[in-house]
Amino acid sequence: MNPLSRLYYSFHKMWKSVQLYLILAGPGIVVMVADNDAGGITTYAATGAKYGFNLIWFLLILIPVAYYVQEMTVRLGAVTKRGHAEAIFDAFGAFWGWFSLVDLMIVDWLTLVTEFVGMTAALQIFGVPPWLTVMAVCVLMGIIVLNGRYWTWEKITLLFCALNLLYIPAAFMVNPSVHDILRNGLIPNFPGGFNGQLFFYLMANIGTTIAPWMLFFQQSAVVDKGMLEKDIPWGKFDTFLGSILTVVVAVFIVVVTGTVLHGVEIDSASQAAESLMKTNHWVGAFMAIGLFDAGLLGAICISLASSWAFGEIFGWAHSLNTKIKEAPWFYASYFFTLITAGLVVLIPGAPLVLITLFVQVVAVTLLPAALVFLILLLNDKATMGEFCNTKSQNVIAGIIVVVIVALSTLYGVSTLFPSLFQ
Amino acid sequence: MASQLKRFAGKIREINQRYAKPRIEMSGAVKFALMALRVYLLVLVALLVYKFVLLVR
Repeated sequence: MNPLSRLYYSFHKMWKSVQLYLILAGPGIVVMVADNDAGGITTYAATGAKYGFNLIWFLLILIPVAYYVQEMTVRLGAVTKRGHAEAIFDAFGAFWGWFSLVDLMIVDWLTLVTEFVGMTAALQIFGVPPWLTVMAVCVLMGIIVLNGRYWTWEKITLLFCALNLLYIPAAFMVNPSVHDILRNGLIPNFPGGFNGQLFFYLMANIGTTIAPWMLFFQQSAVVDKGMLEKDIPWGKFDTFLGSILTVVVAVFIVVVTGTVLHGVEIDSASQAAESLMKTNHWVGAFMAIGLFDAGLLGAICISLASSWAFGEIFGWAHSLNTKIKEAPWFYASYFFTLITAGLVVLIPGAPLVLITLFVQVVAVTLLPAALVFLILLLNDKATMGEFCNTKSQNVIAGIIVVVIVALSTLYGVSTLFPSLFQ
Repeated sequence: MASQLKRFAGKIREINQRYAKPRIEMSGAVKFALMALRVYLLVLVALLVYKFVLLVR
């Protein structure tokens, strides 16, 4: 074979791989980017405003943490062809199954309320009234799912994921000091010493990295997409790419607020957007649009995670490849959770701050169980066969799960007893 | 409405029967993990109750 033919052959092979990846890409990127939901954006904005670039190194550590947890759902979904809820019912019996399902329903609904809080606050900056935002979001999400094809839903959602990258140009527009980012951000350090408040911020960042709905969502998405065992390497690559994207977005948010709002107390991402608008209108606008997009992505994934889980257990048709007539209960539960969560935001005087805090508490009742079940299921040789966890995977996943459970539990407890880490 | 509720209750019973027995092999590690989860959840519930009592007072 002459060099030119060899070059053509290599290029052709690479192009085929890219084409194959584009077909299989989706669940990993969607779940990871949606992880930067309205609550996540607030956490990163507050982290940057409080500690500048000093905690960027900690965010980078979260890449392998998110990857190792989520890639297990890819293997489990592709091998068992079951969602996480059904896998728990089947393996651990009805008690743990109902516990997980009911807890997931509560956590998802509460989180959905926080997504609506973020979306309405973001668009209020542009003068859009909350009722119009809630209505437009419900209609938009209806259009996205009612086309009757998983493929179309996924590609539209990927477009919204791309919009999440808006924080990257925003960061360049504020002219951050690259020297400061490299010097303060990449070398592990604890600004102001390791105290209770810093620990709270670290816990909050970990808490937003892995949420219970993510495990249920990705596994169900892998099943609905029809991924097979042979697709696992691509699914893992998709998840890895997604985990990099989610942290890159988080880092750029920290860069924006760390540059412009360093030292300012930030309570919400919408407050950060408004403050940014005073110094640079477009950066503030990007922050607000990004917040809306983050809330929308979170809402798209969270409402589906619940509907898929219910469909699996109750035996309803539960695929995005089905029309509304073929899967009425699947779509009914989807719209029920969506509309009720949206309506809560419109109730005057609704305890939205309490709901936002309560999400953390309820989440820590489900997250440890979901993570422990995940590792146990990945060690079930009878089902997983060659895709069972290896010893090294168990050690890595075990350490990650112990750390996540400990920190997210402390985070949840600290929302119950705020003086604990002050 | 009553018939709908009956059907729903029947469905729950059917699910409970279908998943009555855990399929996974109850090895020592699995038993330990499930026990640890129960203890963890009990502690969390106790904390929530404590917080509730504090709020009521």
